[in-house]
Amino acid sequence: MCPLISVSNLSKTYASGFVALKNVNLDIKQGEILALLGPNGAGKTTLISIICGIVNPTEGTVTVNGHDIIKDYRQTRKMIGLVPQELTTDAFETAWGTLRFSRGLFGKKANPKHLEKVLRDLSLWDKKDSKIRELSGGMKRRVMIGKALAHEPEILFLDEPTAGVDVELRKDMWHLVKELRNSGVTIILTTHYIEEAEEIADRVGVINHGEIVVIEEKTELMRKLGKKQLTLELQQSLDQLPAEFRPYNLELSQDGRLITFTYDIHAERTGITSLLSQLNETGIRLKDLKTTQSSLEDIFVTLVKDEPE
Amino acid sequence: MNYYAVMAIYRFEIARTLRTIFQSVVSPVISTSLYFVVFGAAIGSRISDIDGIVYGAFIVPGLIMLSLLTQSISNASFSIFFPKFMGTIYELLSAPVSFYEIALGYVGAAATKSIVLGLIILATARLFVPFEIAHPYWMALFLVLTGVTFSLFGFVIGIWADNFEKLQLIPLLVVMPLTFLGGSFYSVDMLPPFWQKVTLFNPVLYLVSGFRWSFYEVADVSVGLSLAMISLFLCICLTLVWWIFKTGYQIKN
Repeated sequence: MCPLISVSNLSKTYASGFVALKNVNLDIKQGEILALLGPNGAGKTTLISIICGIVNPTEGTVTVNGHDIIKDYRQTRKMIGLVPQELTTDAFETAWGTLRFSRGLFGKKANPKHLEKVLRDLSLWDKKDSKIRELSGGMKRRVMIGKALAHEPEILFLDEPTAGVDVELRKDMWHLVKELRNSGVTIILTTHYIEEAEEIADRVGVINHGEIVVIEEKTELMRKLGKKQLTLELQQSLDQLPAEFRPYNLELSQDGRLITFTYDIHAERTGITSLLSQLNETGIRLKDLKTTQSSLEDIFVTLVKDEPE
Repeated sequence: MNYYAVMAIYRFEIARTLRTIFQSVVSPVISTSLYFVVFGAAIGSRISDIDGIVYGAFIVPGLIMLSLLTQSISNASFSIFFPKFMGTIYELLSAPVSFYEIALGYVGAAATKSIVLGLIILATARLFVPFEIAHPYWMALFLVLTGVTFSLFGFVIGIWADNFEKLQLIPLLVVMPLTFLGGSFYSVDMLPPFWQKVTLFNPVLYLVSGFRWSFYEVADVSVGLSLAMISLFLCICLTLVWWIFKTGYQIKN
């Protein structure tokens, strides 16, 4: 299936000389939730801004549904809804007024029923006549989402949708994103909350210093880069590990009570059975054991750290 | 043409005016009325007629022009500067609208506002001083052309300005003096010969002269020249807007 959004050799150098994106290539599939992770200043917002038409690219092309974003901007932008990072709204306008404005701006005929549905879905219906400046921060963010959904977009960009949002609202937001995806909307979100990507994304891309370091199916990424660790708690502490355990990737804690065994879960032989039987033969008795799998956060930290400056 | 977008911007701007009706309509009407009271009723009676017209009536076209110019510029410049300042311009830039449609929405709304304001001031002036309009259609033409041209000019200023000081700079330091020295309050014949020549470089003179002609058939320069000049300003402003949109100047990084 051909990608819904295709980014080829995209670069952006700002007038100040700052290189925000370096030769980025990226395909986004219809109906997926793609999370773009990366530290501040990595180029996430620049990438989104170029696709949406806010920033001009220095080099490279982007197509949306086969249309070039510059030449056929009317076709591409009609399909896209954008929720920017900053809470920028017309403070004196009402929630209803601002959604109506957005719908018109994107070339759609007025449709009060649709706007009502959007506001109800965002739990904003009772605030429709309130001026935006009278709303709380969380409500303002929902108004921004409402504006982006007012013209029934097929693609939704959420730039840091949950930055500065409390836990409850964040969960609501995740729920909303999943519902939108179920209704067929393709969603691209940037975040630096790893648990967010872990919770809702189908695919995860990591951007650092303007380059895509990795982009994978979330489960695949965790499988590929995820390590598993077996932690063994001993009945009696050890001064050092006996020599016969050297072939294993083991680590003894300082107090000598914990042995950590790092292994590759996908290897044909993980070595767990032989390790355990060897421990038994050596007379090392276990008190407890547990296994842990590295999270997306560990993977992310490793990737970003490994990146050369 | 994204008709819905143009209408959305237009309606948004008109709604903004109605929200701030005191500031955008009542206040300029009152301040212009003060001129009529002071120069028309109070001092005007002691000033002799100019070209056979009572002084109070003579200044009416010039004062309407003065409001029209300043209001067109401030309406249009603020309307596009504010989204830039607030950051809401992201939505305009990401919408399927051409820059011409954006300009049409904003400039159309700003021109509408200032033209309506000009007509309100015209009606208010009639309460203070008696006058007739000799050529109403020409009057309307000058009103519309000036409103549109200076709304375009204001739009350009609003895009150029990246802070509040710049936003005020041209209206206060250039437009205001030119308007006061553009023959709103006097006929060019009243100036010494040297200044009569200098004042011909003031574009506002042509606007005021043409507009006054439509009222009293009295003009400092020929009405054809007035029309040609205002068309020239319109073309200059259109070219500026076209250039801004072509290059993304002060809008896109």
